[in-house]
Amino acid sequence: MSASVNPTPGPITYREACRQGLRDALLNDPKTFLMGEDIGRYGGCYAVTKGLLDEFGEERVRDTPLSESAYVGAGIGAALTGMRPIVEIMTVNFSLLALDQIVNNAATIPHMSGGQFAVPLVIRIATGGGRRVAAQHSHSLEGWYAHIPGLRILAPAVLEDARFMLAAALADPNPVLIFEHVMLYNVEGELDPAVIGVDIDRAKVRREGSDVSVIAYGNGLFKALAAAETLAADEISSEVVDLRVLRPLDTATILASVAKTRRCVIVDEGWKSGSLAAEIGMRIVEQAFFDLDAPLRRVCGREVPMPYAAHLEDAALPQAADIVAAARGLVHPA
Amino acid sequence: MPALGADMGAGTLVEWLIKPGDLVKRGDIVAVVETQKGAIEIETFNEGMVSELVVPVGTKVPVGSLIARIGEPSEATPAKAAPAKAVPLAPPVSPPSLPAAAPMTPAGPALHAVKITPAARRRAAELSIDPARLSGTGVEGAVTVADVEAAVAHRAAAQAPPASTPARRIGFDPAEMRKAIAAAMGRSKREIPHYYLSHTIDFGAVLTWLAAFNDAQPVPNRLLPAVLLLKASALALREVPQLNGTYVDGGFQPGAGIHVGWAISLRGGGLVAPAVRDADTHSLTELMAVMRDLVQRARAGGLRSSELGSATITITSLGDRGAETVLGIIYPPQVALIGFGGVAVRPWVVDGRVEPRPLVTVSLAGDHRASDGHIGGLLLNAIERLLQVPEKL
Repeated sequence: MSASVNPTPGPITYREACRQGLRDALLNDPKTFLMGEDIGRYGGCYAVTKGLLDEFGEERVRDTPLSESAYVGAGIGAALTGMRPIVEIMTVNFSLLALDQIVNNAATIPHMSGGQFAVPLVIRIATGGGRRVAAQHSHSLEGWYAHIPGLRILAPAVLEDARFMLAAALADPNPVLIFEHVMLYNVEGELDPAVIGVDIDRAKVRREGSDVSVIAYGNGLFKALAAAETLAADEISSEVVDLRVLRPLDTATILASVAKTRRCVIVDEGWKSGSLAAEIGMRIVEQAFFDLDAPLRRVCGREVPMPYAAHLEDAALPQAADIVAAARGLVHPA
Repeated sequence: MPALGADMGAGTLVEWLIKPGDLVKRGDIVAVVETQKGAIEIETFNEGMVSELVVPVGTKVPVGSLIARIGEPSEATPAKAAPAKAVPLAPPVSPPSLPAAAPMTPAGPALHAVKITPAARRRAAELSIDPARLSGTGVEGAVTVADVEAAVAHRAAAQAPPASTPARRIGFDPAEMRKAIAAAMGRSKREIPHYYLSHTIDFGAVLTWLAAFNDAQPVPNRLLPAVLLLKASALALREVPQLNGTYVDGGFQPGAGIHVGWAISLRGGGLVAPAVRDADTHSLTELMAVMRDLVQRARAGGLRSSELGSATITITSLGDRGAETVLGIIYPPQVALIGFGGVAVRPWVVDGRVEPRPLVTVSLAGDHRASDGHIGGLLLNAIERLLQVPEKL
């Protein structure tokens, strides 16, 4: 690993943390290259790759045609032949055009070849709502990918994960999808200088508590943490678990938290029906039923295509107030 | 306020286990009443939604008083406006016609199951508490871990020495119970012309069979000889129904079933005779479980209203440490009492030879207003016959 860990001390954005991770990867391994729509000259639709074309050149930072299927397929081919491609997809809605490549090729080839072919592909995908870009750019479909065996699904929320999950993903011989929530790119903070790498296996308790577990990931983590502050004023102690890894799920950390608090709220921006939250809830019921002292609750996205109007989009997304209400209803039922 | 025996005039309501809005069904325990026999759990005989608790905790009210209102289950809202009907919570000694049963809800999930969270259920088991008796503060009124732990704290507080409040949830006052026994037995001896019969029975067949049966059973399933005495008596009463019932308003009324009041002596003095309902219909193993449960609850202060005041006959069995013969006093308004002395090995003539045999003396105290000695003799002979073939009990 290079010594380029946060070259400019001081507050940085999530976007910058992602860029530093990419830059590290390009510096550390000549087999690494970036591919995606508008990532070169334009600097990426969320400006994550800004400046990398100038620094690394067109061989390493490649603008692609507007065909997700083609360039994700090209990434799979490159990975099969020993390269370490990092593919960016502008938004998870567009990733559906590459679903065949991801599900039928990337996830299956290592298995169908009896382990003869590895697909060390990393795909970065922007996800989530809140930017007023309506129903074709705002959904949270990472739960779909978390259904697919053969994929590892990451959801960095904190700066350290944005900065260091990529390196761990590149070290994995299997395809890894990293979902970056669009509302996090501008979040600013200090990177913990003690952290020089992260695992991509475990969920993490971000706030300890005793009355109710709030399980969240991505942007939902910060809503859960805000809710925990509000609840603390009511003397309700909430434990906030950051999933970090959506597949394979770290069930042990979830169950340990629920065993402690005996109550659980699951936050998921995805639609409730068939959601990742449903999977988590079911695992709790299967494996921690006798620890429960209240029904499970989910705070999920409303089951509508994401509205364009600001007030409607806000209403369609899980908000801290919804989490507060759900948690309070479990700890102090009316 | 239900009558928990003929000698009860009033009871003190010490705890409500329901609140307005709760759904109850027949058999649910709704309140605890302090009587001279100690704390008794009151069951409801109706189904519906509790609309009003009329009698506040700590109040002593006469038997027959309205203590709560229960409405139709469908009257979900609002409780105040619902035309609730007053219902007696348990039948008095002579069962009145019960109000028409509330319409049953269509088949489906049990509407009235007490909600208990899984964690609370586990905690209650650890603390040996019946969570179904608690009122819940959790989501949808579920009993939670906190409710269970609060109940334990409450129980501990109730057991703490000088509880100066009149409300006692657990235990009984020996002096009060002595008064109750005095009243009932005094009335019995004043009013009931007793006749007494006694009969000595070879108990060898029972003991031999029991030893073999128990050998093949895990310890919790083993039977005590008393269970066979109970079952044999109950079956004999089928043959001699003239002794199973009550004497009220100058006449004998046959019992609606064979509900045997089993006399249980309490630590600290006193005794109580809760009913083993339909004793003739249960297997020996079932009866053993029922008796074990009754004894435990009688001593812990957890008897239920349906178990008191409903017996149609009483049996007293002195057991190993008792005397050879007991001549009992009938518990009014019943018309008979069967007494078993302790088993003793004595010389006995078998097939023309004197042999040492285990013997038990069974006695009958009968109400001469309701039956004659001949009838009583039939009963004792039937008990003897049944005890010679214990495998058929």
